[in-house]
Amino acid sequence: MKPTAFEYFTPSTVQEALQLLESQGDEAKIIAGGQSLVAMMNFRAARPEALIDINNIKDLDYIREEEDELVIGALTRERTLEVSPLVKEKCPILAKAITHIGHLPIRFRGTIGGTLVHADPTAEIPITSVALDAKMKIAGPSGERVLNAGEFFLTYLTSAIEENELLVEVRIPTLPPKTTAWSYVDISRRFGDFAIVAVASVLSLDNDGVCKEARIAMGGVAPTPVRAKEAEALLAGQKITDSIIEEAAIKAAESDDVDPDSDYHATAEYRKAMTKVLTQRGLKEAWTNFEGSK
Amino acid sequence: MADKRQVKVKVNGVEYEGYAEPRKLLSDFLRDDLELLGTHVGCEHGICGACTILFNGEPIRSCLMFAVQATGAEIMTVEGIAENGKLHPIQEAFNEHHALQCGFCTPGMLITVYHFLKENPNPTEEEAREAVSGVLCRCTGYTQIVEAVMAAAEKMRIAA
Repeated sequence: MKPTAFEYFTPSTVQEALQLLESQGDEAKIIAGGQSLVAMMNFRAARPEALIDINNIKDLDYIREEEDELVIGALTRERTLEVSPLVKEKCPILAKAITHIGHLPIRFRGTIGGTLVHADPTAEIPITSVALDAKMKIAGPSGERVLNAGEFFLTYLTSAIEENELLVEVRIPTLPPKTTAWSYVDISRRFGDFAIVAVASVLSLDNDGVCKEARIAMGGVAPTPVRAKEAEALLAGQKITDSIIEEAAIKAAESDDVDPDSDYHATAEYRKAMTKVLTQRGLKEAWTNFEGSK
Repeated sequence: MADKRQVKVKVNGVEYEGYAEPRKLLSDFLRDDLELLGTHVGCEHGICGACTILFNGEPIRSCLMFAVQATGAEIMTVEGIAENGKLHPIQEAFNEHHALQCGFCTPGMLITVYHFLKENPNPTEEEAREAVSGVLCRCTGYTQIVEAVMAAAEKMRIAA
């Protein structure tokens, strides 16, 4: 099918974009990479009356390091992040997660800001941002505000962005390579499909291989990506072994926050079972890669 | 109906100028307005890959962009792969290895492989398989497509 007609605007600054959001009202949509939005418009599942195209706001396309954070402009393409030496060095789990997004042509257009605001609970960057405690910088008519990833996602396809606001920047704590084990694992029906369940794991370790802090985010198990709090608490202060990994995986799957729906991709029971499998697989992979890199 | 906007693009080295409503997809603009029918339109939601083109050298789904967004861009479609009426080595390999049956996915395949072999002239079969996985072919089962990609890579290495 074809999209319905819309007014089209091409602001070249954030200020202009915010003014357009005000003047066009709640039927206006921001378009960045358009890799979800245009597909929805083609099916007329989305029928915005106006599109505000931010692709000309070149100021929103950057990756830099500031102290212990990676600072990423919202318009940065997924492919740019995937191949960025800085991202690979400072936050390799992000580069790895991005390789799971669709296929290459999608990543050449899709942006970090777009996928975050689209807020699909099985999407790679939202899940990873929750595991990493990323911060979202949001511009609005009365200035900027910052939200943690944990409070940014409200429910299916709904973020905390108000209709007159624009996500402008993502700040991600960098991972010290010598003391961080990480992995991103998922299962999908076919290569390139959205995940049925996905798990991002980050373990901060001390010099003796004891886990100081575990951060595990799960996608496809609830209306937003969720943290496996009980499993994280179990792993904190522990030496990583096969048995504690299995125990953590059971706790992750039994968490109250793991409350998947059944749909035509998978039943709720299957998703729950896979939460255990993938948490176990992910933690093992994180630990094995970490040990192997020493 | 929203007003039409001017669209100026360079496609396969030729400058084009046209007018499109903002809602006109780039894939439809290429086909309906520029009459470049090589780019095929399958699913119209970015899954099938038949409409893949090179946009400033990068493979993208032309059904997930609006024509008005393309002004100023350099585009390559499947029509731009052959040079002076001579098939490109990738096209020759697809022909020789029977890498198409109905041919609907072939424009997307050829563009995808063109970009892939430019980035990775000496791929493994596994890498070739991953590269073409973003274009759906329901005829061949991919075996001959992967054979053609590997053969094309060899042809291009010899010619280089």
